[in-house]
This record gives sequence, structure tokens and C-alpha cells, in this order.
Amino acid sequence: MYLFCLQIIYWLHYYYNNKQVAGSSTAIKQPLRRTLQPLVVCAAVKSIHQLVLMIEVKNIIKGFGDKIVINDVTATMQTGKCNLIIGTSGSGKTVLMKCLVGLFEPDKGEIVYSGHSFTAMGEEERKELRQQIGMLFQGSALFDSMTVEQNVMFPLDMFTKWSFAEKLKRVNEVLDRVNLKDANKKFPAEISGGMKKRVGIARAIVLNPKYLFCDEPNSGLDPQTSLVIDKLIKEITTEYNITTVVNTHDMNSVMEIGDNILYMYQGQKEWEGTNQEIIFSKNDRLNSFIFASEFLQDAKDMRMLEMKGKIDNNRNMDDLIK
Amino acid sequence: MTFFTELGRYLLMIKGMFSKPENMKVYWKEFMHQCNDIGIGSLGIVVIISVFMGAVSAVQTAYQLVSPVIPKSTIAQIVRDTVILEFAPTLVCIVLAGVVGSKIASELGNMRVSEQIDALEIMGINTKAYLIMPKVAAALVVIPMLVVISGVLGIWGGRLAGVASGILSAAEYDKGLLSSFFAYNVFFALTKAYTFAFIISTIPAYYGYYVKGGALEIGRSSTKSVVVSCVLILFADYILAALLL
Ligand SMILES: Nc1ncnc2c1ncn2[C@@H]1O[C@H](COP(=O)(O)OP(=O)(O)O)[C@@H](O)[C@H]1O
Ligand SMILES: [Mg+2]
Repeated sequence: MYLFCLQIIYWLHYYYNNKQVAGSSTAIKQPLRRTLQPLVVCAAVKSIHQLVLMIEVKNIIKGFGDKIVINDVTATMQTGKCNLIIGTSGSGKTVLMKCLVGLFEPDKGEIVYSGHSFTAMGEEERKELRQQIGMLFQGSALFDSMTVEQNVMFPLDMFTKWSFAEKLKRVNEVLDRVNLKDANKKFPAEISGGMKKRVGIARAIVLNPKYLFCDEPNSGLDPQTSLVIDKLIKEITTEYNITTVVNTHDMNSVMEIGDNILYMYQGQKEWEGTNQEIIFSKNDRLNSFIFASEFLQDAKDMRMLEMKGKIDNNRNMDDLIK
Repeated sequence: MTFFTELGRYLLMIKGMFSKPENMKVYWKEFMHQCNDIGIGSLGIVVIISVFMGAVSAVQTAYQLVSPVIPKSTIAQIVRDTVILEFAPTLVCIVLAGVVGSKIASELGNMRVSEQIDALEIMGINTKAYLIMPKVAAALVVIPMLVVISGVLGIWGGRLAGVASGILSAAEYDKGLLSSFFAYNVFFALTKAYTFAFIISTIPAYYGYYVKGGALEIGRSSTKSVVVSCVLILFADYILAALLL
């Protein structure tokens, strides 16, 4: 709410400043300005509304043949947060994500990007919007015939008119960002899975996207690399204040980065909440997903105790366990 | 899938190819890359086939023309015309359908299966235009050139074989080459070359672009694309001959 008000003030300030500069010759008369003011405020509120609510998913249904894979999912993907879609394999995470970016056309429902209906957009408008979207695919989807450097440079080649030196600078910047050095001249076939994912992320963020989609960014990776990638995604999200959507079935990442979690069960949204709430959820299906391992069940108990400890005014955990 | 839905999808793909390039420079680079791949990549096989087909047709024509009434130079004439009319465009394009076609189909198929096409799509690139258009344009530029080279080499191969096996002298061969030559035949050969080039590039592109599944399907669709292109080439060959000759 605070942000909201700040934005309105900023917007109005900006508007009047502009008017004074641009409209000095055709200055709007004072009374007219007064009548316009409420309208301007309305417009400002609307535009801020569009800025804040980034991706809205409304009653999406998608089936293949007569098998329904996504069944009436409604959700909001928030800006500046990692929005997680979790669930077991085959629960429809990838299909949902591909519906969001338009690689699959949903049978019913609407997808809205910052107040603009993606579903109703034509081919050209979508192409324009997509220049603000970065996506990391489950299999990385790097271009085989290009080196790491060329892969990351490709969006720059296509959509900027920069010189080669400028492009190279940016490429090295993002490769540095994902902790990948000395691999510029290697081909995708010559690097490991974790490196591929990182190159995939670098390619996805090279044009400073407003929306970032990651399909299982840490599947098939060792826990350490996996953590590095999670942290990276989280950092990028908060640093550039973008809307990030991540598919995962990895509980570590859920606890690490889950600001807004959507639990999918057989194509339906079963639960929604944050990583603070998830371990206390009363949903049986969600619980059997989260605590699939004994270890995590123990962790839950520990966490409960820890929380209780905090509530009971900094009592020592050791005492509690005793 | 029925024949008509496939045909419709093929035509839509062709239509989708003609959209405004996002960045001309990248498209141009890709076009040059494809010219190099298709042209230089298959030059070797084209040279070998052409020389041998010329040589073989010279020797076999001589074998069939046993009458002493017909002058030896007629052999050169026949070799010239069969090479220009049929061998250079059709035979070379059938071989190219195998070489270039399977390459295009498996390249696109691999990009589809490994989600590289989706990745391009997400960047806001028209994948039909970016991936298929440069290949078709390159084929249309390079394959007629290869056919011309093949024609020249075929005729030269016939001369080589004729002289080497003592069928006729080089002078007789050259005399035959120059008598009753119709420039129209060359035009006809080039018409064929352009038609076949279009088939060789678009049919495999279609099968590759729309592949579903995994590595097995890539192989299958690449084989299928070669078979379909070959049949279509022969069919178009007949239609063109019936229409233009
Ligand atoms: N292109 C497709 N055609 C038909 N069925 C599909 C297709 N893609 C996914 N499915 C089905 O949709 C379901 C969900 O798949 P997916 O979203 O990939 O699961 P995950 O949650 O593991 O990413 C699966 O049962 C799968 O068989
Ligand atoms: Mg998946």
C-alpha cells in the first residue's frame, strides 16, 4: 500500500513536470487543469494497477485429445517475487508454463500480462511482448550449432543494433552474473548439465526481461549447483524487480526461494501460499508431497519446535528438545 | 492425419515464411551460412556424379548407335541433350534430395525435439521465417548453380570417356556439341532446377519443423521427407516435360 501511494505521487509529479516543460506554449488553463486532475488520478491508478499485478491466470483449461491436463487454474504471478509452481512429475507444471508463454494455446480461460490480455493478442503484439520474456527450458534448449558466447549473444544480435564490442561486453557481464567464465568458446555438447542451465539463464536475462520463466532449473543437478542456481534466480528477481515463474519439484528450492507457491495436483491448483506457510499446511496431498522423505518430516518437527521457541520468547532450542 | 490437413499445414508454413525479418543482418548471415552448407557441402558429390554420368552416357550411346550411316558426332549431340535435359537437373536433384533434404529435416527435427524452436519462439522470433526462409532461398540460389556446373562437367565427362575409350576424337565430339543446339533446353533445365530446389528445401523443412517425439521420429521423418521429395521431383519432372517440351 505504501508503495502504491508512492507510485501515485511519483506519477503525478512526473506528469506535472512534463506538462510544464512540454506544454509551456499551449499551457492548459487553470480551471481546465482542475477538471482534468481527477481523470489523471484515475489513469494513474489504473496504470499502477497494471504495473503491480504482473501475470494473472484466469480459469485456464487445457487438454490434449480428451485428456484434461490443466483443469481450471486461477493464479496471480507477483512482481519481484519467485512464483513457484510445484507438484509431482506429470502434474501439468510444464504445460501450465507453456500456456503462460503461449507455446500452448489454452482451450479456455485468459492470461493477462500487466493488464493486457495475452490471450486476445495478435501475432505481432505477442512477438513484441515476448521480447520482454526470458525462458529457461527443462532441457536448456541451447542452440547446438553455436558456442556459449554466440548463444547468449543471439538475442542481442536479433534485437539490438549494438556494435560487436558492446554486445560482447553485455554477454560477459551476464555470463559473469551466472558464475560462468572461461566457457565462452565451448559448444553446448562440451559443457555439463549445470553449466548448460546457467548458459540458459544467461541467455534468458541478457535482454533484461520483465518476466522470467524457468522450467525445472535444478532437475538433474547436484544439490550444491542446484542451490547456486536457486540463489541466482532469487537474486535476479529481486535485483531487477521482475516477475519470475519457476517450475520445480525440489523441496530445497521451495524452501529457499518460494515467495508465492502454487501446488498442482493432477492438473488442479490444490494449494497456494508462501514458504513460511507451506510446512504448516493442513492439506494432506500437499503434505504427502512435501514430506515424502522421513528426513523432511523430522525437519518439519524441528522447524515447529524452532518456531515455537521464537514465540516463547527466545528460549533455547536445546531446552525444548530435552 | 489426412492428406488435406497436411497439405494445408504445408501451405500455411510456406505463407508463414514470408514475414518481415526481425533483423536483416542475422537473416543474411543465416542465408550465407545455408548457401555454404548446401552448395559447398554437396559440391563434391555433384562433381563425381556429373563426370561419371556424362562418361557413361557417351559410352552407352556409342554402344547403341552401331549404324555406320550415322556420323560419330551425333554421340556428342545425344550426350549433350540428355545431360542438359534430364541428367543434370533430375539426377543431381534426386541425389541432393538425399544429401540436403535429410540434413534440413534432421536439423529442424532436432531443434524441434530439443525445444530450440520453442526457445526462438519465446524470444519473439518468427521461427518459420528465420529457420526455413534462408534455407529455401539458399536452395533456390545454389541448386541451379550446381545443376549448371553438373551439366558442364557431364558434357566434359562424355568427351573424356569418348576420347579415352577411342570411340570418337575430341574434334568430332566438339563438332557434335556445336551442331543444332537449342538454348531453350538450357532454359528448360533451369526451370526444372528451380522447381526441384523448391521441393528439396520445403518438403524436408516441413517434415522436420513439425516432427513430434524424440530421436527415433527425427530419423523417421527425415527418411520420409527424402522419399516424398524424390517422388515429387519425378512427378514434377514429368509435368514440366509435358507442359514445356
Ligand atoms: N504435447 C503433449 N501432448 C499430449 N499430452 C501431453 C503433452 N505434453 C504434456 N502432456 C501430458 O500432460 C501431462 C502433464 O505433463 P507436464 O506438464 O509435462 O508434467 P510436469 O508437471 O512433469 O512438467 C502429462 O500427463 C503428459 O502426458
Ligand atoms: Mg515438466
